[in-house]
Amino acid sequence: MNSYNSHFPEGDELQAQIDRRHRSGLIGRSLFLFSTIVGIIALTALLYNVTNQAFGFVAVENEREPELIVREYEVSAGIVANIDAPTPLAELPKDALVSILAAYVSDGVGRRLEREQRFYTNYLIFESEETWTDICASEEPPEGCSGSPRSQENVYRLVLERVVEPDVVQSWSLVDSLFNRDEILAEMQEKYPSAGLEFRSWLTPSFLTSPQSDRPELAGLRTAIFGSIWVIIITILFSFPVGVGAAIYLEEYARDNMVNRLIQTNINNLAGVPSIIYGMLGLAIFVRTLSVITSGAVFGTVDPTTANGRTILSAGLTLGLLILPIIIINSQEALRAVPSSLRQGSYGLGATRWQTIWYHVLPAALPGILTGTILAMSRAIGETAPLVVVGASTFITFDPDGPFSKFTVLPIQIYQWTARPQAEFRNIAAAAIIVLLVMLLTMNATAVLLRNRFSKRLA
Amino acid sequence: MESKVVMEPGLASTQTKKETVDLSRRLRPGELFIQALLFLSGAISILTTVGIVYELGKESWLFFGDPEVSIVEFFTSTRWVPAIGHFGIWPLVTATLMTSTIAMLVALPLGLATAIYLSEYASPRARSTLKPILEVLAGIPTVVYGYFALTFMTPLLRSIFGDDVVQIFNTASAGIVVGILIIPLVSSMSEDALHAVPDTLRQAALAVGATRLETALRVVVPAAFSGIAAAFVVAVSRAVGETMVVAIAAGAGPDFTFNPFESAETMTGHIVRISGGDLSYNSIDYNSIFAIGLVLFFMTLGLNVISRFVVARYRETYE
Repeated sequence: MNSYNSHFPEGDELQAQIDRRHRSGLIGRSLFLFSTIVGIIALTALLYNVTNQAFGFVAVENEREPELIVREYEVSAGIVANIDAPTPLAELPKDALVSILAAYVSDGVGRRLEREQRFYTNYLIFESEETWTDICASEEPPEGCSGSPRSQENVYRLVLERVVEPDVVQSWSLVDSLFNRDEILAEMQEKYPSAGLEFRSWLTPSFLTSPQSDRPELAGLRTAIFGSIWVIIITILFSFPVGVGAAIYLEEYARDNMVNRLIQTNINNLAGVPSIIYGMLGLAIFVRTLSVITSGAVFGTVDPTTANGRTILSAGLTLGLLILPIIIINSQEALRAVPSSLRQGSYGLGATRWQTIWYHVLPAALPGILTGTILAMSRAIGETAPLVVVGASTFITFDPDGPFSKFTVLPIQIYQWTARPQAEFRNIAAAAIIVLLVMLLTMNATAVLLRNRFSKRLA
Repeated sequence: MESKVVMEPGLASTQTKKETVDLSRRLRPGELFIQALLFLSGAISILTTVGIVYELGKESWLFFGDPEVSIVEFFTSTRWVPAIGHFGIWPLVTATLMTSTIAMLVALPLGLATAIYLSEYASPRARSTLKPILEVLAGIPTVVYGYFALTFMTPLLRSIFGDDVVQIFNTASAGIVVGILIIPLVSSMSEDALHAVPDTLRQAALAVGATRLETALRVVVPAAFSGIAAAFVVAVSRAVGETMVVAIAAGAGPDFTFNPFESAETMTGHIVRISGGDLSYNSIDYNSIFAIGLVLFFMTLGLNVISRFVVARYRETYE
């Protein structure tokens, strides 16, 4: 097109040139549109992939078949069974389940289970009364000495885990399960003749409420969900007041001098620091240097299982530092959007500076601040790398009960399951991803609703 | 100026009731106290930076002070084998550069093209549906992208190039997914820059007969160059610091390789793997990750400073 300078085409040549330019314009436009659509395709592929893994056929091989266990129990207990409609294992009374458990598990395992939680309040199944009194009188009595006895549901879970021992020998993706059913059946016949085929959603209510386990069929998210909630509470308790405070200082008080410019530049730079660096900061400062505080030793509430500072408190503070710049920058924008006539009106009536901020500026800026904070929180909920560095526990089965307990969170759980070689862990990782994404979606929707609702009222 | 009005003691007492007078008198130390508190909140950010530099520096100092480690070897050797005392950072750096380069090859063209489409072509209605989708893409946690890389992108690459060419863990898959992850960052920053170009420029170009494509590529994009360049630099910094995708999909084991289909461990991936195990303080492994962290910190900080410099230096200002 450099020829423009010397030569101006006319007639047909001009028409041809215009056509050519329009053609390339069209091509350009389609390329741009295509690139935009690639983003959408990526999102679709990601969601497709997760759904595909979270549901599908599984081949299950039981170590012992539930029907046989029930029949054996009924024979030994002298119960006349109804052959046509045998009682399902899950509906057996607690006493029956306990005696099945006692018949199959070794005494050692049984004693351990009883120490975790007793089966009955008034008598013992595996332990003798003497040892029980002894261990409960020891310095660190096990949980079973104080807690309430196991429920029928709980014992049923134990029977499943210890006696039936279902094992997923192979799992198929959702798309395969829907469209290649026959091939799957053929493969099943050939490879696992004794296994049963069932369609499984890996995302079930019991997946949400079960604690961690090293068996993918029994593992659940309970500990991780509690961990996430605890960590996010600590994060927000720290970063919301500090972040909004810093934003107020920078917008309403700070004069344009060296120190304040330094603070502002510094905040912008911090927003660009990789999250893993915050993890290392948290490891060095909160876990190591301040371990007296973060392990709870200073408050005398040290958990016997956590001798160091790798606790919920450390994790929450680390994430708090991480999202602090985001909260500050968002809050600053919200404060800047408050018209200065509002401030002047307040000063004009004799209000002090803080009164002006507290009663007029902050309420007007609140929707913006809250929206920014919720978005920062959703960032914190999804963060994994800093918490791996700070030291999330790889395997805990008890609910975290305070800021000083060990923790694991949803993204860490997803990471650990993804890193396992067995395919079934990929399946539960996919199910956990769905839970995490739903959680984030809810938070972001709340942020949008909040913004719309409050901005209408204050406009 | 404002404080004069507020602090004027006579003003309140002459005009209002007694209780208000008390209020203003009592609050004055309180006001100062509040201001001090707010300043402290702001200063925490400074403390964070100081803490990062101090802790990374201190542990790195201990690391380089160890007789097994030489600073020259650290920056020149291509072997990172802590077990036998080899600490050369290059295998980790090359892996990081590989994933970041692949990521940028994906994110730059796609992100910029998306920005041009949204800003120059899309109708307001199309924009209002497309932008939220990109925001969703930006809001998905990186660990989910890691899962996506391992269970979708890697099998896809293996089915295209063959199982014997592509290893299960490879930098190509991780890099492509990191690229997808930063598309929204590139596109939203570039779009802001394109938006800042005044409409009069577009109208002038269209008026002399330029097509939309010519207007976009020859007038608007050059006018927004500083903003777009800044977006690119920030995106590079984000790709370098990205952790979970590479930790899951790129591999575990510092191998010095330039083959994108082989596994290699990036700086961030190495830090995560080492600190994921039970790490005892004062061990050389513990110190070494801080030395890597220090290099990483200065790399990303440098990139962010460059980006701000580019904006300040090359910004075109319009009335």
